[in-house]
Amino acid sequence: MDIAALKTKKNITTGVIMLAILILLAFVPLYAPGYPVILLSSILMYVILTVGWVMFSGPTGYISLAPAAFFGFGIYTTAIIGEAIPFAVVVLIGGAASFCLAMLVGALTLRLRGIYFAVFTFGLLMLIANSVNYYEIHFTGTRGRFVMVKGYDLIYFYMLGIFVLLMIAATVIKHSRYGLALISIGLEEEAAEHCGINVVMVKVMVFAISAFFMGAAGSVMATKWTYIDSGIAFYMLYSFMPVLMALFGGMGQLFGPVIGSAIFTYLEEVLITRFPEVYMLIFGIILVIAILYLPDGLVGLIQKLWKRFSERKHANT
Amino acid sequence: MPILEGQGVTKYFGGLAAVFNVDFHVDEGEVLGLIGPNGAGKTTLFNLISAALTPKSGEIRFKGRNITGLAPYKICRMGVARTFQTVKVFADLPVISNVVLGSYFGKSRGRSSAEALGEAAEWLQFVGLSAAKATPAKDLTLAHQKRLEVARALATQPELLMLDEMMAGLTATEVAEAMELVAKIRKQGITVIMIEHVMKAIMQVCDRIMVLHHGAKLAEGTPKEIATSKEVIKVYLGEKADAGS
Repeated sequence: MDIAALKTKKNITTGVIMLAILILLAFVPLYAPGYPVILLSSILMYVILTVGWVMFSGPTGYISLAPAAFFGFGIYTTAIIGEAIPFAVVVLIGGAASFCLAMLVGALTLRLRGIYFAVFTFGLLMLIANSVNYYEIHFTGTRGRFVMVKGYDLIYFYMLGIFVLLMIAATVIKHSRYGLALISIGLEEEAAEHCGINVVMVKVMVFAISAFFMGAAGSVMATKWTYIDSGIAFYMLYSFMPVLMALFGGMGQLFGPVIGSAIFTYLEEVLITRFPEVYMLIFGIILVIAILYLPDGLVGLIQKLWKRFSERKHANT
Repeated sequence: MPILEGQGVTKYFGGLAAVFNVDFHVDEGEVLGLIGPNGAGKTTLFNLISAALTPKSGEIRFKGRNITGLAPYKICRMGVARTFQTVKVFADLPVISNVVLGSYFGKSRGRSSAEALGEAAEWLQFVGLSAAKATPAKDLTLAHQKRLEVARALATQPELLMLDEMMAGLTATEVAEAMELVAKIRKQGITVIMIEHVMKAIMQVCDRIMVLHHGAKLAEGTPKEIATSKEVIKVYLGEKADAGS
């Protein structure tokens, strides 16, 4: 069998496994209603934020601390127009609002590199959070807003749908010529530009596409919290967590951030319920260990072990 | 008609005129050498042409069209490609991916992936790097990285190729190979401007040479004229010492 055939065979196997997992996930509300659905929804939320973050920041090396801004934009979209129009449209608008914000921010700031870009995106988050707070207090006369509850199953299905669409988008971009262009931008931006790549356009578009999914996720999750204000919607941890989760899972492959954020969220949940006093401490230790000893994240470790295992298998035969 | 012309091209870095009021032209199909002592403004001129920098004043025209102030990617897509003095290969990407980026996004853009890959492979063969196709670019020797940059630039389908010190830091054998490569590129009908310090190479390969000194054009002519020009010798070797007085 030649390499191409092996590759297609591998692709088909991966596809079948993923489809099976997806079908399994789709029926979770039927055979495990209640808490598992809620837990899976928060896992999906972090998975979406993390994969969205990795989609842009992974290849380019531009460390964005803006996810919370895009997520919060989605949340506020639902809080403002959530009851007037069908929910699916609200989610689309939430995503579109974040998409537009990312286009604007990207066009202004993506010429900044390294630490400057990270600090700017974080400053942007603070600016938006405080502006919204100021507006609410001075113009609408309230601090926060109430959001209509939509039910846990509905939240779950929407999050699952957004997750699937995001994975498709991320995979398509990663394997397209634009994915390669993003990597080249991360490695040698100047050379990329002189190869004919419209560097600004590629960066801004992918940044905005990733923001779309974060915004859509925010629109859905808003209905879980019933009450939101600028502090909840633009909580800065939504910016930091994706970065940590991506490091934890490993950024080389797309399933790295998926696995990383899923385990991370689950771990957080378990620690918070079992060891509420020391959970942050344990969490911190795990993170430090992960960064020190797993330079390529969990997935990198798994791949390394797998390689060793398969080499031994070959040696035996 | 010259393929590339510049008029009164000027660029300051702070108060220093890195390139001052330089007129130049490159004829279609020729190989133009650009020489001058360190800091003469050669690379700055390259950066101005490829739009990595914008001139303070002056105009640069490619095939009669004013290209001053266009974005670098647009200039590349018009058919002007370049390499870099300090190599800028995409270090972690395999050699073939480095080149295919040129085919994907250069003047040649809009092809299918299969076509682009095929072309990239051809250009790799052209520069003699076929064997290293799957090697990450960072694992190549300096000479091969420079070749890779040339292949990547060629993959964008340029009509004008700018080579910035392709031979610096290479061994004598590698220099000879690089000279062969330049000759091969010219045979493809591609116009070449090259910055070079290796005089032997410049004298043999170029049709015409332009000398920059302190940001201004000092001399221009055939290799023979340049080699015998008093002014050029003065710049390179210093004035004749007056030992008698």
